[in-house]
Amino acid sequence: MKKSTFALLAGAAVLLIAPQFLKNYGIYLLSYWLVFVIATMGLNLTVGYAGQKSLGHAAFFGIGAYTVAILMKAGISFWLGLPAAALICFVVGVLLGFPALRVQTIYLAFATLGFNTAIWLVMRNEEWLTGGTFGINNIARPKLPGLNLDSNLGYYYFVLALTALLAALLWGLLRSPWGKAFTALRDNPIRAESLGVDIRSYTLLSFAIGAAYAGIAGALFASLVQFIDPAPFTVGASIMMYLMVVVGGPGYFFGPMVGAAVGVILPEWLRFAQAWYLFVFGSAVVLLMIWLPGGLLSIPDRVRARWHAREASAARIAAANQATGA
Amino acid sequence: MMASALLKVSNLKKAYGAIQAVDGVSFEVQPGEIFGVIGPNGSGKTTLFNSMLGQITPDEGRIELNGEDVTSLGPLELNRRGVGRTFQTLQVFGKMTVRDNLIVAAQEHSGTMFSRMFAPIDSGLGARADALIDQFHIRHVADKKAGELSYGQQKLVDIAMAFMSEPALVLLDEPCAGVNPSLVGGISTLLKELNRNPKIGSKSSFVVIEHNMDFVMDLCHRIMVMVEGQVMAIGTPTEIRGNKQVLDAYLGA
Repeated sequence: MKKSTFALLAGAAVLLIAPQFLKNYGIYLLSYWLVFVIATMGLNLTVGYAGQKSLGHAAFFGIGAYTVAILMKAGISFWLGLPAAALICFVVGVLLGFPALRVQTIYLAFATLGFNTAIWLVMRNEEWLTGGTFGINNIARPKLPGLNLDSNLGYYYFVLALTALLAALLWGLLRSPWGKAFTALRDNPIRAESLGVDIRSYTLLSFAIGAAYAGIAGALFASLVQFIDPAPFTVGASIMMYLMVVVGGPGYFFGPMVGAAVGVILPEWLRFAQAWYLFVFGSAVVLLMIWLPGGLLSIPDRVRARWHAREASAARIAAANQATGA
Repeated sequence: MMASALLKVSNLKKAYGAIQAVDGVSFEVQPGEIFGVIGPNGSGKTTLFNSMLGQITPDEGRIELNGEDVTSLGPLELNRRGVGRTFQTLQVFGKMTVRDNLIVAAQEHSGTMFSRMFAPIDSGLGARADALIDQFHIRHVADKKAGELSYGQQKLVDIAMAFMSEPALVLLDEPCAGVNPSLVGGISTLLKELNRNPKIGSKSSFVVIEHNMDFVMDLCHRIMVMVEGQVMAIGTPTEIRGNKQVLDAYLGA
């Protein structure tokens, strides 16, 4: 068995049996983590693979959450709300992609940040639709025959299954010629265009698909916490998601799993630090960016590169010794 | 003969403010021809190139490809119509392997975006990539990341990428810039081989901008000399070498 297959199966086994060793809150936290894994998988496509600097991802997360919450309050099933959330975010994602055709890097970051602020204001001010700062409460969990989703354990397995499905879809997409086109767009858009890569369409789609993932994550989030207000969908939340992608390793497929764990689970472990928590967290991020700008998942690559360099220099020394007859 | 020109540029003009960068340039490139463009710095070569590649829109004039007016088309449309190019500076995708660089250079030329979502990872271009890898003698680095190669090797990958989609016309912008002298001969041999006896596709025509005179004189069938945005002379390397006006203005210096 290949090492990567083994690691994948081991990881799946851990996720399947982990709830057996956790209390209710631990299980809830794992679901919370998976929701952010889904959202940041989408952001990793936009930022890590296609190279579009987006600081508006939490807006899509919020649009997904409010779509499901509002539809369910109107008596529409979660099973219609979920695809609706994904579809609406896909369409809005295409629209947000248009600025990216004109501006890039920090300018694009600011354009998306403005978008996030605008959406957040709608959530806060349009009380007739969103409940304003009071939010929407008593959002029901979906009903699924054979699995009790009202329990945190049942909901965890539901979110886990959906995460696995969405990861598999993304994996398939990145293994298709699309993956190379996205990478070409990120590394050198002018060269890519000169080779027939339709950078316009790929840019828009990188935003749209990333947004759809955030929309699905938002829908699951609303149903998980069962209460939403505008607070989790601020620009600050977008920056946090961006940080999760960067910490995990942008352009690494499993980067979001690691990054979201750092962003969601680490704060729980740092509770002992109390008021100093943000200080510790912030310092850790600074150190990480200095030592590992490629993110946590770049560690194996760095170790491999060092090992190769050592091997090559040993070979050179051996060759030199042989040449001099030493 | 004239009607069958692959590329026809007529009376092309482009000004930047008060500076007339390209001032009424006309020429034709025949199928299979290697056409050189030379001239001192600031003579308008790059502006001409950028117009032909859809990077900028000329103020006046017309560019035809196989009889079709392509003057206002962008780089993407031109590439899809069979125009390949290389850049003055290295433009490989550093984080992809050499083979993937070649595959991405042609994968968008077949199917639709939707169908490509379900296409195999190499888009069925593996054999074509291998043929070019052999022709460019880069087999030993085919599975390395392009960014890890030496400058010369990256240059070869860069040129090979332009040929992956079997273009009818390839525009080469200073293919010898920054290349060490020992590789210049190798690139020349390769380009002649690609022109006369390509391993993939049919024969293509080249337009080459280059400052290395020995390289241009040896490689090109015909050469156009530009000075101050205008055409000073068009002719075979022998004719250009013997042109008094060109000698005075450019070569003699």
